[in-house]
Amino acid sequence: MDILNAVVVLANFVLIPALSYGSQLALGALGVTLIYGILRFSNFAHGDTMAFGAMVTILFTWAFQNMGISIAPLPTALLALPFGIVVTAALLLATDRVVYRFYRQQKAKPIILVMVSLGVMFILNGIVRVIIGPGEQRFEDGARFIINARQFKEMTGLEEGLAFKASQGLTIVVTIIAVAALFWFLDRTKMGKSMRAYSDNEDLALLSGINPERVVRITWILAAILATTAGVLYGLDKSFKPFTYFQLLLPMFAAAIVGGLGNPLGAIVGGYIIAFSEVTLTYAWKKVATYFLPASLAPDSLMQLLSTDYKYAVSFTILVIVLIFKPYGLFRGKAV
Amino acid sequence: MSGADPQMAGKPEPFLIGEAMTGGYGRGADILHDCTIAVDKGQIAVIVGPNGAGKSTAMKAVFGMVDLRLGAVRLDGQDITALTPQARVAMGMGFVPQTHNIFTSMTVEENLEMGAFLRQDDIRGTMEQVYELFPILKDKRRQAAGELSGGQRQQVAVGRALMTRPSLLMLDEPTAGVSPIVMDELFDRIIEVARTGISILMVEQNARQALEIADKGYVLVQGSNAHTGSGKALLADPQVRKSFLGGTE
Repeated sequence: MDILNAVVVLANFVLIPALSYGSQLALGALGVTLIYGILRFSNFAHGDTMAFGAMVTILFTWAFQNMGISIAPLPTALLALPFGIVVTAALLLATDRVVYRFYRQQKAKPIILVMVSLGVMFILNGIVRVIIGPGEQRFEDGARFIINARQFKEMTGLEEGLAFKASQGLTIVVTIIAVAALFWFLDRTKMGKSMRAYSDNEDLALLSGINPERVVRITWILAAILATTAGVLYGLDKSFKPFTYFQLLLPMFAAAIVGGLGNPLGAIVGGYIIAFSEVTLTYAWKKVATYFLPASLAPDSLMQLLSTDYKYAVSFTILVIVLIFKPYGLFRGKAV
Repeated sequence: MSGADPQMAGKPEPFLIGEAMTGGYGRGADILHDCTIAVDKGQIAVIVGPNGAGKSTAMKAVFGMVDLRLGAVRLDGQDITALTPQARVAMGMGFVPQTHNIFTSMTVEENLEMGAFLRQDDIRGTMEQVYELFPILKDKRRQAAGELSGGQRQQVAVGRALMTRPSLLMLDEPTAGVSPIVMDELFDRIIEVARTGISILMVEQNARQALEIADKGYVLVQGSNAHTGSGKALLADPQVRKSFLGGTE
């Protein structure tokens, strides 16, 4: 038995990766939940909005790298992020003006808006592939690790190493800042409160003189900030490939629904629930078990419950379970 | 009786008047027929009538939520017939819907803040006045409004509407679904609001109690004015009592 090494292995392969993946999901799910709360439809284009935002940020990152601008040891992408956000916000506002506003004025049913967002998704999908191509892009620079496995082993003298990537650290820090800023905005500012009021009771918000078009605009801008940030962090942590962002749609929606659609706190908790379930169920526990258990009980198999190929089944299963037993989600959002 | 109000002849124009209103929702059939509703400054006007008489519709028409084919709405002598409800709020009309009249997920204080959304000045004074009127709300100001009892929620709803400092407050069945004790208290508060100079236009199911506090009463039947008069006169009117108030006394 070697508990210390077991904990290190666990942290290295489960806790830290799930924490950073969960943060990325939480940021994505926050955007989904905000749009659901205010505009009252599930935005299927959110994954591709993330891809678009990340793409624009990558283009700015490359430009800055060519110009020799750098903020090392931080990745240049962080400097390019605000530019990516501005362009993405402009795109979302333009989409709203050209597409969604029409259906809003018709008082279209939510299902129609969902289908509309599906169309927007395909278009964004195409735009991203035309501009940057369907392949994988690398754009990370700056320090790779906050602490790498060898350093950790030398520092602690333990058998197992612990690697903490700079992108993971950055993800966690940026998520904390973004979430704190978002909650401050929603809870403390007049504009944020009016958004919550509009989400809570649209008619009464109108009677109180809240301008719905303004609320909608702010919502798209917040969605752009969250989506671009999530997309860039995901790209830095893993890599940028347009198709993976489309695939993120399922875990993101699962996170938002598990937490309760329309409830920002729920989206964050949901993000971590999905991420930790995915990682723990697809992780091969053999090494941890070997350290934890007496030698006589050491497992022969990999002790992996699910192949990583099935990781999307995890979010889907959680989604179904939640919809059966707690259709409003853990934090009481709106019914789906 | 026709829509015109006989008591009005020779008097100056009331503070708010919806005159000879005819119309309904969208392209549907007319619900109101030549219906007139008016309130004087600082007075309480009550709209009563049997179910489906168009009471709420008459009030919504005054507030611009009904499509009027004929007739006009004037506030303080100004024609506001074409204005949206939101624009009427900005002009000093406060409206408390019958249901869904609070932000359930927000705290009592946030509800009041949202009521004052259009105001740019300091709202703390008005908020203090609302808390003075409804002391219980001050104790619960950090609590989510959706967690309050029915009567307290109505107080929040009225408080929210008062936050714009309206000159006219419109209440759609404020006592629906609350106990008789709470109802009496709500009526007392409404009288207090009227004493501060705010005109009140109210739709009520509890006709007898409502007419008791009313300066002016409108009995509507099938979207038309059936009887109009002071609250006392209507209560004493044998025809109103017989056909509408139960007439047991």
